[in-house]
Amino acid sequence: MPLPKLTSAPRTILKSGKLVADAWVHLGDDDALPATGDVLVSRERLLTQAEELAARRGAGHRVGVRLTTEDSAQTAAELLDRVDLVALYVPKFADGRFFTTARLLRERHGYQGELRVCGDVVPDQVFYMHRCGIDAFEVPGPRYRLEAALKALGTFSESYQGALDSGPRYRRARRSIARAS
Amino acid sequence: MYQYDAIDQQIVDERVAQFRDQVGRRLRGEITENEFKPLRLQNGLYMQMHAYMLRVAIPYGLLSSEQVRKLAHIARTYDRGYGHFTTRQNIQYNWPRLVDVPDILAELASVQMHAIQTSGNCVRNTTADHLAGVARDEIEDPRPYCEIIRQWSTFHPEFAFLPRKFKIAVTGSRSDRAAVRVHDIGLRIVEQNGERGFEVLVGGGLGRTPRVTRKIREFLPREHLLSYIEAVLRVYNQHGRRDNKYKARIKILVDALGADGFREQVEAEWALIKDSALRLTDEEFERVRGHFAPPPYRTLPDSDGAVAAMSLGTDRGFGNWLKQNVKPHKVPGYSIVIVSCKPTGGAPGDVTADQLDGLANLAETHSFGKITVTHTQNAVLADVESSRLREVWQRLTELGLANPNIGTVTDMIACPGLDYCNLANARSIPVAQRISTTLDNADYLYDLGDLSLKISGCINACGHHHVGNIGILGIDKSGEEFYQLMLGGSAGEDASLGKIIGRAFPSDEIVEALEQVLALYIERRTSPEESFVAFYRRVGAAPFKERLYASA
Repeated sequence: MPLPKLTSAPRTILKSGKLVADAWVHLGDDDALPATGDVLVSRERLLTQAEELAARRGAGHRVGVRLTTEDSAQTAAELLDRVDLVALYVPKFADGRFFTTARLLRERHGYQGELRVCGDVVPDQVFYMHRCGIDAFEVPGPRYRLEAALKALGTFSESYQGALDSGPRYRRARRSIARAS
Repeated sequence: MYQYDAIDQQIVDERVAQFRDQVGRRLRGEITENEFKPLRLQNGLYMQMHAYMLRVAIPYGLLSSEQVRKLAHIARTYDRGYGHFTTRQNIQYNWPRLVDVPDILAELASVQMHAIQTSGNCVRNTTADHLAGVARDEIEDPRPYCEIIRQWSTFHPEFAFLPRKFKIAVTGSRSDRAAVRVHDIGLRIVEQNGERGFEVLVGGGLGRTPRVTRKIREFLPREHLLSYIEAVLRVYNQHGRRDNKYKARIKILVDALGADGFREQVEAEWALIKDSALRLTDEEFERVRGHFAPPPYRTLPDSDGAVAAMSLGTDRGFGNWLKQNVKPHKVPGYSIVIVSCKPTGGAPGDVTADQLDGLANLAETHSFGKITVTHTQNAVLADVESSRLREVWQRLTELGLANPNIGTVTDMIACPGLDYCNLANARSIPVAQRISTTLDNADYLYDLGDLSLKISGCINACGHHHVGNIGILGIDKSGEEFYQLMLGGSAGEDASLGKIIGRAFPSDEIVEALEQVLALYIERRTSPEESFVAFYRRVGAAPFKERLYASA
């Protein structure tokens, strides 16, 4: 799988509301497996190199899977016991399937680990992404884009509909019944 | 009407701040136009032929006088003194400058308005019957449900980047004045065993592949409104096509799966979420419905007879207006006034700042301070005391908003067309203007009766030409504007798609062709009671073809 827009490690990412250093290495399907370190691989590689990658985890290195927007939450759920991290690779920011995938992974399949987004990540999308349960963001491009993403996490202090961060507004607090006008 | 609480206000204020920041970053070159485009579109800001166009949301078409004055102020201050009512009951401005848009949004927020999700591949403004709350055939006012949908859909984190735009309409009446059958989701309020709920229709729409909705549920109890819509959107977001924008609307997915297949997927998803927090509470229904309580009507005698008598009076102008533009109200002594934004020779749906101010004042003095924009690009004063109709008529006449043509062929829908829009292949407005001038004969218009004419300047069908009794579609033939005629469409409860009658007409022949179609109908109908669309359904296309093309 080509990795056109992925940032290379070491990189700074937005994670759990902070800008932090990150050393996960994105591996293409033909890249050699490094001796040590945390690696992110495609679903195909995770399955074809299952034993080797499991052994790697046994040796204390972490393994993550990088899904595409073609992969459903159900597909992802079947891989959860093999990985320490799930990354959703977004080829084009307008391909919004991953919002549903992220949300279902959290809500329906109970995934608790790091849920990362990478690829064509636009800073202004992270508010929505975060509400759908994504907690780590690889933002390509200059540093100001990462800073814009950090700021965008706090764009709105309230939301109407329920998501990962809160229930629907109408179930959270009594809202006043305004007089008819 | 719905009044924002502190939270609603904070959300729109934060939206203004967000967009101000985005515009700043765009102007500094920190985001590319490609990245900025979806951001501005989700605030209704398009790049048109000559300038930006800003589309402002009017939830279910309802405005207070204060809001209408603000719209007038924006037209005067930031635009060229007018705005344009749209088929989603919104208003758009054709000449704002990008740098001014954050300030315009701030002005809107000061009167509880916004431009959120008036464009982009997200859930758009939810529309409703423009006679909501006052129609005699209404089961229940749809607007509280629209407001609940508005809040749920506003910044919905999962559905902001759908395969394509998504439009929802709700009606609470037996007659369909909201064109629910040509929406992505159409909801009809129905009653079953004394319980209120919805008939759920999906996969309607116009554009390149026009479709009438398919019914996927006879009865959805109202507390499941949001969970069911969420299930529909979730299936669509995962499985709608993204490889071709012309095949990305939900109608194509419903075509591919079939209504049964689509229903199966929705019901399977719904089963998993119907009893979640998405289930609406009675308290929330009551909270929102409280905002739409009827205004303090006076107790008056029934006025149907009096209005009918007035319409037969010696003043023809007033009489015609009463017959065409005034509709019966459910409360005795009151009437509904349709404000015609289709003056002879004008651009359908255009309103000037002065007209907006005049309307705001008139609403305040004569209709409890509210107006409703219709999807047919007119406005409604919903609660006028019948004894004051003459004053309203006089004032509307002064404002140029009393053309007595509602429901007639000159009450047409037209998209902005090639005069403004960079998708268009042909101009719409000049054709509409010529038709309106040519057919400006009240007796003839009334003889033609109820007849919808809808004009689009391209195949994207913003002018809804497929569902006009007569539709006109502008096309481009080697750089020249041509117009196709379509007959037999309807946007109502008998929704149907019109069919192209034959080869297209050049611009200087389209009005004449339309006149021939109308003449044929007048000559051959069984009686004036047989409407144009009934006539077409009876005789079919053949006589029209013969009339239009035989001599060629």
